[in-house]
Amino acid sequence: MYVKTYQRAKSFFGEFERKPGDHLTTHYCPGCGHGNLHKYIAEAIDDLGLQDRTIFVNPVGCSVFAYYYMDVGNIQVPHGRAPAAATAIKRAHPDSLVISYQGDGDLAAIGGNEILHAANRGENITVFFINNAIYGMTGGQMAPTTLLGQKTITSPFGRATEREGFPLRVSELLATLEGPTYIERVGLFDNKSRMKARKAVRKALRNQVEGRGFSLVEILSPCPTGWGLTPTESCEWMQEKMVKQFPLGVIKDESASREGWNRYRQVVPAEKLPEILDLTKESTEQFTPTDVPGCYRNPSIKIAGFGGQGLLFLGKLLAEAGMRHAYNVSWIPSYGPEMRGGTANCQVNISTEPIGSPLVSRPSVLIALNRPSLDKFEPEVASGGLIIYDSSLIDRAPERGDVEVIALPATKLADEAGSARAANMVALGAYLGRTNLLDQTGVFKILEKMTKSEDQMAINRRAFDAGARFAMF
Amino acid sequence: MNNEIKNREDRGRVEVSAEECKGCGLCIEACPPHVLELSERLNGHGYHPAAYLGSGCTGCGICFYTCPEPGALTVFTLQAT
Ligand SMILES: Cc1ncc(C[n+]2csc(CCOP(=O)(O)OP(=O)(O)O)c2C)c(N)n1
Ligand code: SF4
Ligand code: SF4
Ligand code: SF4
Repeated sequence: MYVKTYQRAKSFFGEFERKPGDHLTTHYCPGCGHGNLHKYIAEAIDDLGLQDRTIFVNPVGCSVFAYYYMDVGNIQVPHGRAPAAATAIKRAHPDSLVISYQGDGDLAAIGGNEILHAANRGENITVFFINNAIYGMTGGQMAPTTLLGQKTITSPFGRATEREGFPLRVSELLATLEGPTYIERVGLFDNKSRMKARKAVRKALRNQVEGRGFSLVEILSPCPTGWGLTPTESCEWMQEKMVKQFPLGVIKDESASREGWNRYRQVVPAEKLPEILDLTKESTEQFTPTDVPGCYRNPSIKIAGFGGQGLLFLGKLLAEAGMRHAYNVSWIPSYGPEMRGGTANCQVNISTEPIGSPLVSRPSVLIALNRPSLDKFEPEVASGGLIIYDSSLIDRAPERGDVEVIALPATKLADEAGSARAANMVALGAYLGRTNLLDQTGVFKILEKMTKSEDQMAINRRAFDAGARFAMF
Repeated sequence: MNNEIKNREDRGRVEVSAEECKGCGLCIEACPPHVLELSERLNGHGYHPAAYLGSGCTGCGICFYTCPEPGALTVFTLQAT
């Protein structure tokens, strides 16, 4: 009886949706080593039984679309940044199997910094480094790993040391560091080298599972298209030329002595974080959501003016209060280098729905506390939105006819309430007075916590009330 | 013993999924007993796909690890029943 012994790995998708009309093959050129490496990785994941815990970090390069093939968790990251992303993922999810998959352009050129530091930190991740001595995806430019004399479209006379420097041996370089646990260079050019590559892939993944630290396998890999050779000629070229510059074998291996070496496993339990960050005294009291008229619900708010007018504070207060009324919220500031006097704005979302992006490019509410802000942001306001502007500082009314406008003498009212600098509180009063977005008692409770003195709080209350009275229908 | 097996059945069998093959030819060179060849016909993508000569496969799996495509080759081995 014949049984299937070597077959398509389960960690591959059953169908690939990359190419219309062909859901079975990869987008790689015939004879490309990326396919072999995918296969060895997928098989190893199957055998480790970790398909549902694997996160594959897809690079920029020909393998940018690995996520069409690998049926595991996938993330695609900017060029060269895979080790940084892998670090974050592994630290946030220590029980996942995190694979940083990178070409030589990705890892050795633009990503040189990231790989150096991830290796030096001894991150408990697995890096597969496909070295094909060229930039494949972009059409065959020289890479740091391009051999001397090798012609590429950006080294048309052949790489020469005087012009292009020396081919970079990244694995040897990284092996000088104490951080890495296991570094091996393998090839994909004959039966023996392929089986060694397969073995190294398995070892590098097992190391991570056993918490032994940073493992990197460099795979010398054919790029028949970039090299202008047939698949068979490519294998010969690797054997004759490439292994001379990049000798195969184990370059560093401390796997045996580093069991449980995983120095960067999260040592602080999440429950302890509030205490460490001194957040335990913070109130988490929740307030009952108010009845908000339809047109004022789920606002995207832009608050803009001079630095020093308290607009970032106003935004934070709104976000905090929104959160304590069980809304999803976001707050981001945007300001110049000046602490005072420059223009600044902040962007706040308060929503019953999940917030996709914290950016507010089409605000439904604009609170403009100076003229440049009104000039700049009036056109952005969504039709049917609300503009509140400080009419004591801004000498023109909005021109838009399709929005609701409150001409609020904020600075003047604040001055009367005790301090011109409480104009932000006048604006808050006017906004909440008009829209009933949040419960006023709740907002005051939060504001009290954020305000330094009783006197200041008294001014804040008066300023708020003045704004609310002014704007209430 | 060896002779017995040879005389009865091959130790292995290989199946090529012709539409998944890119005709790179690597498996043909890799196969130790040389029982694979590139066929004359073209597949739907315009490649000459690999084909099994029909006998002599040892089930070693070398072609499987040589082939870059996930599902182009499947290798079967003979198990005692
Ligand atoms: C920030 C950035 N810079 C440049 C590029 C252009 N780019 C795309 S792929 C690539 C090189 C890919 O070469 P390699 O990492 O060796 O992978 P291969 O395609 O050979 O597998 C470059 C420079 C980009 N996409 N993003
Ligand atoms: S260009 Fe090179 S690296 Fe890219 S898919 Fe083709 S052979 Fe592979
Ligand atoms: S399993 Fe071995 S013997 Fe059979 S076809 Fe593949 S390489 Fe040849
Ligand atoms: S190695 Fe794979 S793709 Fe290449 S000829 Fe053989 S079966 Fe086809």
